Amino acid sequence: MSEILIRGAKVLGGAVQDVLISGETVTAVGAALEAPGATVVEAAGHILLPGLVDLHTHLREPGREDSETVLTGTRAAAAGGYTAVHAMANTFPVADTAGVVEQVWRLGKESGYCDVQPVGAVTVGLEGKQLAELGAMADSAAQVRVFSDDGKCVDDAVIMRRALEYVKAFDGVVAQHAQEPRLTEGAQMNEGTVSGELGLTGWPAVAEESVIARDVLLAAHVGSRVHICHLSTAGSVEIVRWAKSKGWDVTAEVTPHHLLLTDELVRSYNPVYKVNPPLRTEADVVALREALADGTIDCVATDHAPHPHEDKDCEWAAAAMGMVGLETALSVVQHTMVDTGLLDWAGVADRMSARPAAIGRLAGHGRPVAPGEPANLVLLDPAYRGVVNPAGFASRSRNTPYEGRELPGRVVATFLRGRATVMDGKLT
Amino acid sequence: MKRHLISAADLTRDDALLILDTAEEMARVADRPIKKLPTLRGRTVVNLFFEDSTRTRISFEAAAKRLSADVINFSAKGSSVSKGESLKDTALTLEAMGADAVVIRHHSSGAPHRLATSDWINASVVNAGDGTHEHPTQALLDAFTMRRRLSGVGRGLEGRRVTVVGDILHSRVARSNVLLLTTLGARVTLVAPPTLLPIGVETWPCEVSYDLDAVLAKSDAVMMLRVQRERMNAAYFPTEREYARRYGLDGLRMAALPEHAIVMHPGPMNRGMEITAEVADSPRCTAVEQVANGVSTRMAVLYLLLGGSEPAIGTDRSDSARTEESK
Amino acid sequence: MVDDRMTAGPQDRPVLEAPDIARVLTRIAHEIVERAKGADDVVLLGVPTRGVFLARRLAGKLAEITGREAAVGSLDTTMYRDDLRLHPPRALATTDIPGDGIDGRLVVLVDDVLFSGRTIRAALDALNDIGRPRAVQLAVLVDRGHRELPIRADYVGKNLPTSQRETVRVLLAEHDGRDSVLLGQREPGAGARTGAAADE
Repeated sequence: MSEILIRGAKVLGGAVQDVLISGETVTAVGAALEAPGATVVEAAGHILLPGLVDLHTHLREPGREDSETVLTGTRAAAAGGYTAVHAMANTFPVADTAGVVEQVWRLGKESGYCDVQPVGAVTVGLEGKQLAELGAMADSAAQVRVFSDDGKCVDDAVIMRRALEYVKAFDGVVAQHAQEPRLTEGAQMNEGTVSGELGLTGWPAVAEESVIARDVLLAAHVGSRVHICHLSTAGSVEIVRWAKSKGWDVTAEVTPHHLLLTDELVRSYNPVYKVNPPLRTEADVVALREALADGTIDCVATDHAPHPHEDKDCEWAAAAMGMVGLETALSVVQHTMVDTGLLDWAGVADRMSARPAAIGRLAGHGRPVAPGEPANLVLLDPAYRGVVNPAGFASRSRNTPYEGRELPGRVVATFLRGRATVMDGKLT
Repeated sequence: MKRHLISAADLTRDDALLILDTAEEMARVADRPIKKLPTLRGRTVVNLFFEDSTRTRISFEAAAKRLSADVINFSAKGSSVSKGESLKDTALTLEAMGADAVVIRHHSSGAPHRLATSDWINASVVNAGDGTHEHPTQALLDAFTMRRRLSGVGRGLEGRRVTVVGDILHSRVARSNVLLLTTLGARVTLVAPPTLLPIGVETWPCEVSYDLDAVLAKSDAVMMLRVQRERMNAAYFPTEREYARRYGLDGLRMAALPEHAIVMHPGPMNRGMEITAEVADSPRCTAVEQVANGVSTRMAVLYLLLGGSEPAIGTDRSDSARTEESK
Repeated sequence: MVDDRMTAGPQDRPVLEAPDIARVLTRIAHEIVERAKGADDVVLLGVPTRGVFLARRLAGKLAEITGREAAVGSLDTTMYRDDLRLHPPRALATTDIPGDGIDGRLVVLVDDVLFSGRTIRAALDALNDIGRPRAVQLAVLVDRGHRELPIRADYVGKNLPTSQRETVRVLLAEHDGRDSVLLGQREPGAGARTGAAADE
């Protein structure tokens, strides 16, 4: 059995330890471990965390392989320190049947870079009218537990209620893309002073908050759990905080870009900043960071949304919404949460690995770094400083809002069940 | 403002006055037997219109032609644009054809900004109205009209009070006017039902009122904006009649204005909606004058952007023009 | 507006002073009356900036001689210049044609210095778009030579042979605070004129 000895890493940012991986498992954690014949990874000054888990990734396959495939997307995930990603259902065809989710699941297995856990659509064709065969997807080889119409809101209250009730049968969760459609017709950016000046149709915070308020009440009423995708406003934070204070089973995610960027960037009319939900204000950014720190927001999810160049190389209104994020998420979280003192590395492990794995009911991920646990790990160098250059991305798409921006931290190595998918900062 | 005119915010007070003063000289050309200057001979101006606007297009066309530029009208209707060609490919085409200036009207806010800041094209970009964002040459011609009627040539608009009434939310004319008129020293008040005011308007450099009658007596100029009837269907206001009653300008309201005050309208007018025929046809209404002034103002903008080796607006200039060396 | 009033440099040498300028303008006025046989139909058009003041002074002198008001105005040549592309666009000066126009009349263009002749060429083009004078004549305070076009002045205050390296500056009380014509040296590095293209 092959062995890897990670020497001198700060496990979860704490004590300096050696970690021995034998085969697919962590077999020893301690000081000055000896492992003759093992491959040694010198990790002085580096941080060792459980492999990251993304609850919200768009891999685009099947259907939009021009922007991303399962292979290129999982390579991007590994490069960003991820060992598992949840693949969103808004593909072509939509992942609303057992057949499509199994196809995505199988492609993930074949890629070998990262576990791919398909998300099933809540409604047929994401149209919000008729429930998809949620049970069939849950029972399929992919064992779907997270259901979402992401990209569209399940805005019909009755459909949402039924979905929340129905998934209780197999411990599923509905991940809601909270966007009241009538309030956001033609919406282009956050509604506020900037949208007023730029003459771009506004996307009011209340369009997100009103749906979240309804859905936490619905979840409480039917005794199910609900997960809120890419929460983006201070008001949304307050609603989730209130729901959690009631003891309701509500979880929420925030994207890295909503932790860092604001709608002021839209003044450039550069569509690289066009995203759904839109970039909000500085006050929202502050509230989101605080909520992630205090646990009101459970986890960071990338909403990695690859788009081909032509869909961003155009005027604002014609551009696609979304940003790639897998390869910069950890750096942005370090920059916004760790380097600001809001969260320690153990907190990062919790918000980017343990909690998303728990919400997705994903076995074998988000586990402690301890003997007997699966060797899904990421080793990072927090002292690194680098300028984001999308030309070096593993993703097929380049639509990052961070191009040219200096961000801290770098993934040195990623291990998926003991196998290095990234070593010395490079994909294997 | 560098090589482009995208937003009224790009113009300093000196820039704006230079344009208006230049427009005064351009206006004299209209009184001559030969209404043409040779200045832009050999320059190509493209009118790139993604949205129908015959008025604005012919105004720019007349301006460019009076300066002897070659004018190409590129309308989205019946062109490759309607077949899905991107703004980028259109821009590359115009670049290949040697356009020196692109006058762009686009339904999408920010499209001229995007065109000017992209590497798609080298031409000067003039915003002829983008979405619900800005229409800077309209603001310039409005300021020109007000200056002639209210303060006199060569001056700014210090202390003048301008009331803009109507659909502020969707109005590029209002945005550009608030910026430019404020730069020129005027005090602007926006009047509209709350549904037709943008979120964040309280941060604009102007005052806001919901009550037209309350501000009329304090206005040196009242600018009535066109209200599109389809806004009614989107519940911005209950009925046309209610809108006209509360925010329309009729003879009675016009009588409440100070004697010297003027009534402006960027056109096309919705008679009976925001303005009654009595007001529209009165000598106080400058709508027709604004059209004439539009040509002079656009001539000034085109001359100052294209007339020399580099634009004269927004660049540090020293008047070395009339030294002995130029004799 | 940038202040373009002229001041004397250290090496400038006066070639005409206020009394000289007054005298030559009087002489030119008499010549105009003589050649125009009474000057009833003369329109004096000054080329901005200083030509306009000279035209007004000439008009005053004509009025003294003939006892009638002389028509006077200004003609901006900016939009007709052949060197527009060599500089940022210039601010326009005023073109002010007297009420009766120029058709069938004798237009006397008035400028301070005649040099390359390009300004006068532009002025002739501008006139052409305004009307059809009976004849066009040119009056200048100083002719410094170095013509680049077949243009000559009908009335010259002073012929001043110069080298290309020299500068001629005209100061007028209305604009510069005093009357004077100064001959100076071009500042080193300011670029010697090299043929037509450098006619700034």
